Amino acid sequence: MELTTVWFILIAVLWTGYLTLEGFDFGVGMLLPVLGRGTDTADTERRHRLLLNTIGPVWDGNEVWVLTAGGATFAAFPNWYATLFSGFYLPLLLILVALIVRNLGFEYRHKRDDLSWKRRWDAAIIVGSALPALLWGVALTNIVHGVPIDASREYTGNLFTLLNPVGLLGGLTFVAVFLTHGALFVALKTDGPIRAEARAIATRTGVVAAVLALALLGTLGAERGGALSWVASGVAALALIGGLVANLRAREGWAFIGTFVAIAGTVAAFFLLLFPDVMPSSLDPAWSLTVTNASSTAYTLRVMTIVAAIFTPLVVAYQSWSYWVFRRRITVAQIPA
Amino acid sequence: MDAVDLARWQFAIVTVYHFLFVPVTIGLSAIVAWFQTQWVRKHRDEDQRLASFFGRIFLINFALGLVTGIVQEFQFGMNWSDYSRFVGDIFGAPLAIEALASFFLESTFLGLWVFGRGRLPEKLHAATMWAVHIGTLLSAYFILTANSFMQHPVGFRFNPTTGRAEMTDFLALLTNPVQLVTFPHTVLASYMVGGAVVMGVGVWRLLQAKKGAPDVLDATTGSAATSDAHMYRRAARVGALVTLVAGLAVAVSGDVQGKIMTEVQPMKMASAEGLYESSTGGAPFSLLTVGSLDGQSEKFSVTVPGLLSFLATGSVNGPVKGINELKASYQATYGASGNPLVADSAYVPTIPVTYWSFRLMIGVGMLAALGALVVLWTTRGGRTPSPSGRRASVWRWSALAIPFLPVFGNSFGWIFTEAGRQPWLVFGLMSTKTGVSPSVPAWQVLTSMVVFTLLYGVLAVVEMRLVISAVKAGATPVEDLPDRDDDNAPLAYAY
Repeated sequence: MELTTVWFILIAVLWTGYLTLEGFDFGVGMLLPVLGRGTDTADTERRHRLLLNTIGPVWDGNEVWVLTAGGATFAAFPNWYATLFSGFYLPLLLILVALIVRNLGFEYRHKRDDLSWKRRWDAAIIVGSALPALLWGVALTNIVHGVPIDASREYTGNLFTLLNPVGLLGGLTFVAVFLTHGALFVALKTDGPIRAEARAIATRTGVVAAVLALALLGTLGAERGGALSWVASGVAALALIGGLVANLRAREGWAFIGTFVAIAGTVAAFFLLLFPDVMPSSLDPAWSLTVTNASSTAYTLRVMTIVAAIFTPLVVAYQSWSYWVFRRRITVAQIPA
Repeated sequence: MDAVDLARWQFAIVTVYHFLFVPVTIGLSAIVAWFQTQWVRKHRDEDQRLASFFGRIFLINFALGLVTGIVQEFQFGMNWSDYSRFVGDIFGAPLAIEALASFFLESTFLGLWVFGRGRLPEKLHAATMWAVHIGTLLSAYFILTANSFMQHPVGFRFNPTTGRAEMTDFLALLTNPVQLVTFPHTVLASYMVGGAVVMGVGVWRLLQAKKGAPDVLDATTGSAATSDAHMYRRAARVGALVTLVAGLAVAVSGDVQGKIMTEVQPMKMASAEGLYESSTGGAPFSLLTVGSLDGQSEKFSVTVPGLLSFLATGSVNGPVKGINELKASYQATYGASGNPLVADSAYVPTIPVTYWSFRLMIGVGMLAALGALVVLWTTRGGRTPSPSGRRASVWRWSALAIPFLPVFGNSFGWIFTEAGRQPWLVFGLMSTKTGVSPSVPAWQVLTSMVVFTLLYGVLAVVEMRLVISAVKAGATPVEDLPDRDDDNAPLAYAY
C-alpha cells in the first residue's frame, strides 16, 4: 500500500479515536442541564458532580486525539493542514475558545464553593461542549461536500460558505449523535435514578440522530458515494439503530457499542467518500487537494510510519488501561462532600 | 498594522502566555512526583500532604497550560499557512510526535494520578506522576526539535520542483547542535521555576505556621502548627535547593548555548550586545545602557571588558562579528540572490528588544538563584526566619514574588531567542513576512488576537486567585482512603 494511503487511513483512525471518545464527553457536557436537573439545589449539584465525574479521569486523554490528528495532518499532508486551518479560520477560533472555557470548567468548577461561580462554569461546559460538537460536524461535512479552493490551493469562501444546508445538517447530526452517545455513557457509568433517565434521553435523541444521520450519509453518498463508502454508511446506520434497540432492552453496554461503531462507521464513510481527495474543490476538481499533491515526502512518511507503529499501540494500551481502572459505576452517594 | 504584524503579535502574545505555565508544569511535576515517592517510601504524613498541596497548585496551572497549548497546535495552520506548506515536511513531524508520544502520556497519567489515589496501589500511583513528568520532558524535546530547526536548519534540502524544504535526515534533526544545548537549558530553567514555586510558597506558609507557634521546632512533640512549620520549612529548602542547583546548571548550559549561537546565528549574539562594529578581541559586555541602542549616538553604559568575547568564544580575546559586517554579508548572500523568500531590507533584529531581554533573562535568573541561596542560609540547621517584625514582611513579599523571577526569566529567554532570529522565520531559508496565511484577511487575525488577549487576560486573573486561595488554604491533613475493594465507598477524589 502507498504510504500516502497509509497516512490517510491513520488520520481517519485519529479522527475516529477523537469523535468516538470526546463524542461522549461532549454529550455529557451538553446533557448537564437535562440529566443534571434535580429536585432541589443540593440534588442538582450532586447530579452535576456525578455527571462530571463520569468523564473526569478521561476527558483530557480523549481530547488529545484531535491534537494528534492535527499534528499528523501537518506532518503527513502539510498542504491539507495549511489550506484547512487557514481556510476554516473563524470556526476553528470558535472551537478553540469553546474548548478552552469547557476544559477550564471541568478543572475550576469545583475549586470554589460558590453557587454562582459553579453556574458560570456549568454554562462554559454546556456551550463549550455543544459548539465544538456542532462545528466539527459542519467542518468535516463541508470537507467531504467540497469547499471553494482556488488554483493556488487557498480557500476562497468565508464562515457563511460553510453554513450551507448540507454543512448544517452535518453539524446537527453530530450534536444529536453525541447527545445519544453521551447519554448512553452516563447510563453505562452510573447507577441510581439517573441511569434510567439517561436511557430514556438516549432513546429520544437517538431517534433524531438516526433520522439526521441517514439524511446526512444519504446526501453525501449521493454526491460522491462508492461501494465501500455505502458499506461504511450502512454499518454506521445499522449500528446506530442496533444501539437504540439494545438501549430499549436496557442493554447499556451493547447500546454504547452501537453508537461507538456508528461514529466510527461515519468517520470511515467520510474518509472513503473523500479518497483519494483530502479536500475536494467545489470550483474545479483539478484544484482539489489529494493524498498525492498534499502529502509530505516518502522519507518523512516513512519516518512517521515507524514512529506511529511504535507509539499508537502504546497509547491505545495505556489509555484502555485507564478506562479499566475507572470502570466502576458511580452513584450520587459516592460523591464526597 | 498589516496581517504580518498582527500575526506576529498574536504569536508573541499567545506563545509567551502559554509559556508562563509550561515551565511550572515541567518543574513542579518532578517535585510533586518526588514528594509522592517519599510518601511511598517512608509514609511520613508531611510527604503526602506536600504532594497533595503542591499537586493542587500544579493542577490549577496545568489546566491553563493545556488549553493554551491547543491554540499553539492550531495556529501554525491558521496564521502561518505558507510557512506550514514550506516546512511541513520537516516541522510537522516533531509536532505530531509530541502529541503522540507526550500529550497522551501527560493527560492520561495525570487523570490516573488525580482520580487514582486510593484506587491504584501506592507505588503505581506515585509512578503515574513520574509518567506525567516524563511526558513533559518528551514534549519539551520534540517542540524544541521543531524550534531548533527554525534557528539552525539541518537534515533537509530545498526541493526546487516542489518549492519547499524537505526532510532528508530525521536523526540530524533530533541531534541538531542547537537542540542539544537548548533542551537542557530550557528544562533546567523550568526546574528553577518549579523549585522557586515550592520555595516561595514554602517560605510564605512557614511564616504563617510560625505565627501560630513561634520558635518551637520539634515536630514530634509540638502542636499541629509546629509540625506544619517543620513541613513547610522542608518544602522551602527542597525548593531552594532545586532552584539553586538548576540555576547554576542553567548558567553553564546557557554559556555553551551562547557559543553555539555565535557559530550558527552570529547576528543574534551581536544583537544581544548591540555590537555594531566587529571586534578583533576583548569585546566588552554592557550591564546596562542609558540612551539609544542604534549605534549612532553617544550613550552611557556600564561595561565589563572582554565579557562579550568570553560569552561568544570562550576567550576574553576572541573576535566577535558586529551587526554592520554581518548585515553586509547577509545582504550580499541573501539580498542579492533574487529569492523572494530570503529577501529583506535589513537582516537586523530589533536591537532594544534583544539587548534588554538578554540582560533581563540573566538578571532575574541570577536574582532567583541568589534568593535560593539566602533561603538555604537562613533555614540552615533548623533555623527559620522570624515571623514578626519589619523583616518578616520583607520575607513575605519576597516569598510571593520569587516564583515570578524564573518564570519571567523563561519569558525573556524566549523573547530573546525568537526576536533575535528576526527577520528570519527559518534562518537563511524563509523570512517571517513570507510565512503568513495569504487567504486570511487582517481583520480576522485582529479578531482572533483580541479574543485571545481578552480571554487570556481574564483567565490570568482567575488562575492567580485560585492559586492564592490554594496557598492560603495550605496543606490539608492526610485523609483515610476508602477501601479499594468496596464498590460503594465514596470517591477519594471527585470534581
